[in-house]
Amino acid sequence: MVVGGGISGIQAALDLANTGFKVYLVEKAPAIGGKMAQLDKTFPTNDCSMCIESPKFLECSRHPNIELLTRTEVDSVKGQAGDFKVTLTKKPRYIIEDKCTGCTTCAQYCPVKVPDPYNQDLSLNKAIHIYFSQAVPLVSYIDPEACLYLQGEQCNICMGVCEHKAIDFDQEEEKLEVEVGAIVLSPGYEIFDPKLRGDYGYGKIQNVITSLDFERLLSATGPHEGEIRRPSDGKHPHKIAWIHCVGSRQVRVGGNSYCSAVCCTYTQKQVILAKDHNAEIQATIFHNDIRSYGKDFERFYQRAANLPGVRFVRSYVSIGKEIPESKNVTIRYSTTDEGVKEEEFDLVVLSVGLNPPADARDLATKFGIELESHGFCKTNPLNAIESSRSGIFVSGAFQGPRDIPESVMTASGADALCSQLLAYRRGKLNRERIYPPEKDVSAEEPRVGVFVCRCGANIGRVVDVPSVVQYACSLKNIVHAEESTFACAADTAQKIADTIREKGLNRVVIAACTPRTHEPLFRDTLREAGINPYYFDMANIREHCSWVHSREKEDATQKAKDIVRMSAARVSRLEALQEFELPVDKRALVVGGGLAGMTSALSLAEQGFEVYLVEKDKDLGGMARRIHYTLEGMDVQAYLSELIGKVYRHPSIHVSTDSTITEASGFVGNFITKVKSDGWVREIRHGITIIATGAEEYKPTEYLYGQDDRVLTQLELEERIAKREERVIGSNGMVMIQCVGCRQEDRNYCSRVCCDQAIKNALKLKQINPRMDIYIIFRDMRTYGFKEDYYREAASKDVRFIRYEPDDKPTVEAVEEDGKPILRVTASDPILGQKLVIDTDSVALAAAVIPSATSHEVSKLFKIPLNPDGFFQEAHVKLRPVDSAADGVFLCGIAHYPKHISETISQAYGAAGRAATILTKDSVVASGAICEVNESACVSCGGCISVCTYDAIEFHETPRGKKARVNPILCKGDGLCNSRCPTGAISLKHFTDEEIFSQIDAAFPAPEETPLIDKAGMTAAGVN
Amino acid sequence: MAAGYKFKPKIIGFLCNWCCYAGADLAGVSRYQYPANIRIIRLMCSGRVDLEFILRAFSNGLDGVFMGGCWPGDCHYITEGNYGALSMMHLCKKLLQHIGVNPERLRLDWVSASQGTRFAAVMNDFSGKLEELGPLGKGEGLDKNGLKLKLEAVTNLIPYIKLVERERLRVRFDTEEEYSKFFASDEVNRLFHELIVDKLATSQILLLLRERPLSAGEISEILGVDASTISTHLNNSARQGLIEFDESQKRFVPV
Repeated sequence: MVVGGGISGIQAALDLANTGFKVYLVEKAPAIGGKMAQLDKTFPTNDCSMCIESPKFLECSRHPNIELLTRTEVDSVKGQAGDFKVTLTKKPRYIIEDKCTGCTTCAQYCPVKVPDPYNQDLSLNKAIHIYFSQAVPLVSYIDPEACLYLQGEQCNICMGVCEHKAIDFDQEEEKLEVEVGAIVLSPGYEIFDPKLRGDYGYGKIQNVITSLDFERLLSATGPHEGEIRRPSDGKHPHKIAWIHCVGSRQVRVGGNSYCSAVCCTYTQKQVILAKDHNAEIQATIFHNDIRSYGKDFERFYQRAANLPGVRFVRSYVSIGKEIPESKNVTIRYSTTDEGVKEEEFDLVVLSVGLNPPADARDLATKFGIELESHGFCKTNPLNAIESSRSGIFVSGAFQGPRDIPESVMTASGADALCSQLLAYRRGKLNRERIYPPEKDVSAEEPRVGVFVCRCGANIGRVVDVPSVVQYACSLKNIVHAEESTFACAADTAQKIADTIREKGLNRVVIAACTPRTHEPLFRDTLREAGINPYYFDMANIREHCSWVHSREKEDATQKAKDIVRMSAARVSRLEALQEFELPVDKRALVVGGGLAGMTSALSLAEQGFEVYLVEKDKDLGGMARRIHYTLEGMDVQAYLSELIGKVYRHPSIHVSTDSTITEASGFVGNFITKVKSDGWVREIRHGITIIATGAEEYKPTEYLYGQDDRVLTQLELEERIAKREERVIGSNGMVMIQCVGCRQEDRNYCSRVCCDQAIKNALKLKQINPRMDIYIIFRDMRTYGFKEDYYREAASKDVRFIRYEPDDKPTVEAVEEDGKPILRVTASDPILGQKLVIDTDSVALAAAVIPSATSHEVSKLFKIPLNPDGFFQEAHVKLRPVDSAADGVFLCGIAHYPKHISETISQAYGAAGRAATILTKDSVVASGAICEVNESACVSCGGCISVCTYDAIEFHETPRGKKARVNPILCKGDGLCNSRCPTGAISLKHFTDEEIFSQIDAAFPAPEETPLIDKAGMTAAGVN
Repeated sequence: MAAGYKFKPKIIGFLCNWCCYAGADLAGVSRYQYPANIRIIRLMCSGRVDLEFILRAFSNGLDGVFMGGCWPGDCHYITEGNYGALSMMHLCKKLLQHIGVNPERLRLDWVSASQGTRFAAVMNDFSGKLEELGPLGKGEGLDKNGLKLKLEAVTNLIPYIKLVERERLRVRFDTEEEYSKFFASDEVNRLFHELIVDKLATSQILLLLRERPLSAGEISEILGVDASTISTHLNNSARQGLIEFDESQKRFVPV
């Protein structure tokens, strides 16, 4: 059971279902999607949030192993790991889910307007409505508080207009009990509510809004259709201020001591998007440290900061006043040169932090788990996916403030851990659909059936459906046409299947809504009727016709006929395609024997798979061998030696150290890799690959490193502290300098781990030798999340923090003072505005984490790209954070990007979880809509090969010279190669030239076919 | 055109499944209205749009062709077909301009899946623009048969144009400006003239001669190109063995 249907819960449910488990996905809202569904774009790529999330909704709703339970909450959990009994309450929707088709007619007629929670109450919706337009399930719900009928008044308009009789006012709460083996908690987070304390006038001053409010304003589906309008007067604001750390990094009552980890970067995203909406906007960002610690965040920050009219001001602020006439808001802030200033803004956005879920305490009681001191879930310090109760796992922001990729990778990790626990029961409840055998109709003449959907009134009110049906009958190859009120209703689908069989149809056109949501459903109908699902086309006469031409009924009807004609022409030319299956080799290869590699290997082995673990060094352990303790106080070496022991002892793990990979070939399910060790090369066959090749520490050339042995890197310092080296722990002073070798032009990224490494070592030194003078000279302290508490602790223990600017770096000199050799560090203090001279015994440098020297080679061998900084690039920054661009190759650990030990472990479990979704299957299925080469037309120009970055096409020798050939497993079916082929030799099936030409030719009535072309093409002007 | 009638351009749109088609769907969901004169063809990626699709549409007498893809950097595929579409669009515009078709009849725009408003706005704008331009050919002052011949000549040359694109014009920039700059550069103009323009003239001449034997003067008149340029092309084609001069008719004929 997965509790919480945000992006993390969705991912966990999909991975578990794909690993062969039956999943209950429980969500208390009317639709799945969580907070991500409310975001406009996602950082740092500014991908449209809904576009990338909504395909996952559909995947959940169609998955035979997932049962969606919306508007449902957990009451109690009994039993133990492997055998839980969960009772649930399903709140009434007042809609019969199976009958509602999501046509929204009810919402159009409902007379009651209520604030729309999806739009942060910034706009109105109806008492009956669909949560948001892409919602899954696409079913209305009634807000019982607002509904007139349910409040005892006279109204049942919706009942009257609903043609499906889907409205049921008598629905009551329903109790359910289910038995599950494991539970994944992914309830997400709440945003910090600034209204409670009235932070910055929020709730009183109209033009002070939260960042989530602003997110809805930015969104095209938001309250003003993507126009930024401020609440007081609906005007477009020109001067906007953002205030950072609202509710975060504070020890006052009602605030959160921790850093919310995502606000710096989402603010930058909002600034960029606001400037995109209106380049004239003046944006001012009042901030503390800028915490751009994630992959590509640093560049994103620069992108925002470099926009014209954007000011980043480092200052605490307070609200001055609301100006009564203009409703503008003034902000007081301090500057280094001019003292305190007060400035007027049109709109103020509060970058609010992340709170634990509002019902966290309640959840803790129900699930019998503990919370940590901030109210989030208490997790195993080294494995953040484990809660305090065995068999209950945690993913996403309930672990603590997290961004989307981390929420996704911990979800996949939760899959791995559930699968370890329940491996013996995997597949027992797996459901697959069984279809009748497919009829071969390829030799038959096309016999097309056209079904025109009225979609209630959605199409029928605008388009003259009977005339479209009549017209369809007149077209070539059409042997049957009929209309239906709702083609997608379950009983209609059955009738269509019956008609296909009775009339001997071999091709089908459904003229209804968009294929993006409904094509899979109707393809399924064809399969039920024994017809190849590719003999199908959807004529989109709703989204692309009746809804967008609702005032021009005649034109819309003509267009609907044209669209049907295009579909009929296309469908007559379509071919039957086979999705083919290839067997999966159930073994795994893990490259890299550090913490990440070992964790994934062990997890896969525990899930019942055979694993080859290849390490280039003579020992396992990687970078972790040099780390002795974590900021949270865990003993890393003890953990590491235990892990190494488990890996060596596990009968399913074959370890080869001192080994290198010489060759890699194959594709998902069937890889062949050659490994060289002890002078001989052996071949490994495996179904998936995990790349965990780690990273290295930069060897500084700055600050006398290498010239003076009192200058160390943080890792070297840690080793010496661990050895209790007297020269280090007994000394009087230590200066730490941050950002050495990164956050600069040639390495334009943040190494993420150094700030807390410095804090960790500083605290350790203070613990051993409280009198030691410790300075940390930094640019931005990036102790994100709960690590902020340790930053505060260090400051309270007199560790002194001095900020420097990149163009005014500190200097280190070796000098003698009173005959004693010392290191003299000189830095500018921006607060005091003067030079500080610190004489100290040693200097520790936060040396950058740099990509492993082998990464280029690994990248070439496994055909996985590197990002501009040399770390491995994931398939999608947000939603596929452990997948690589090559199917079946996964990434984890610091080879992907610098990260902390607990994050590395989470990601390693994530990779193991994703890998398991392939290894548990007996075969991989490749789409039928892929390219193929007509060899007699191929002129061997290589045009297709050069554009296919999937490496799906290669030359092979034939008696007539080399010819291009497509590897169907690697082809993704985008068809770029087709448009580059000079001779049309390569063609994308289901989108062939002939098929598309037929659509182009049928797009408008040919003059001879319709002599009235001039009349159809022209309308009387000036008549009106 | 008869007075009192408003011209409604016929438009075809090739939309990628992931962004622009989804944006068009959202325009529908949000009920944003736009003219009913566009017909949409769904492709998986804007990179699939072939030069021939566009020429086919114009040959069929359509007044405008729209290509809609994902914003740069948002392509669903690592092949980044939207950049491929961008290059192809630039090349196609040069060809259209060369044969006298207003290149603004071809339009490429990025529309994300959340930009329903933008899709409707682009459709309204493009349709309005095409209304100003008038019907294909008429708007340009080209006669129907001449235009058909020219489009056919370009279509026949597509295999060659694709080879030229691959060998000489294949570029990959990050920004749209760089593409615009590149395709407007002297270097590209020179290549276009050297490698494509002559071939195109030859292709047109061959098409004409396949209909009936013609003299240099007649060809010059039909194509509206000066006689000396035509005779250069004729000599080249004769040398390549594509055509010959028929003494009896005093006209050129195809071989």
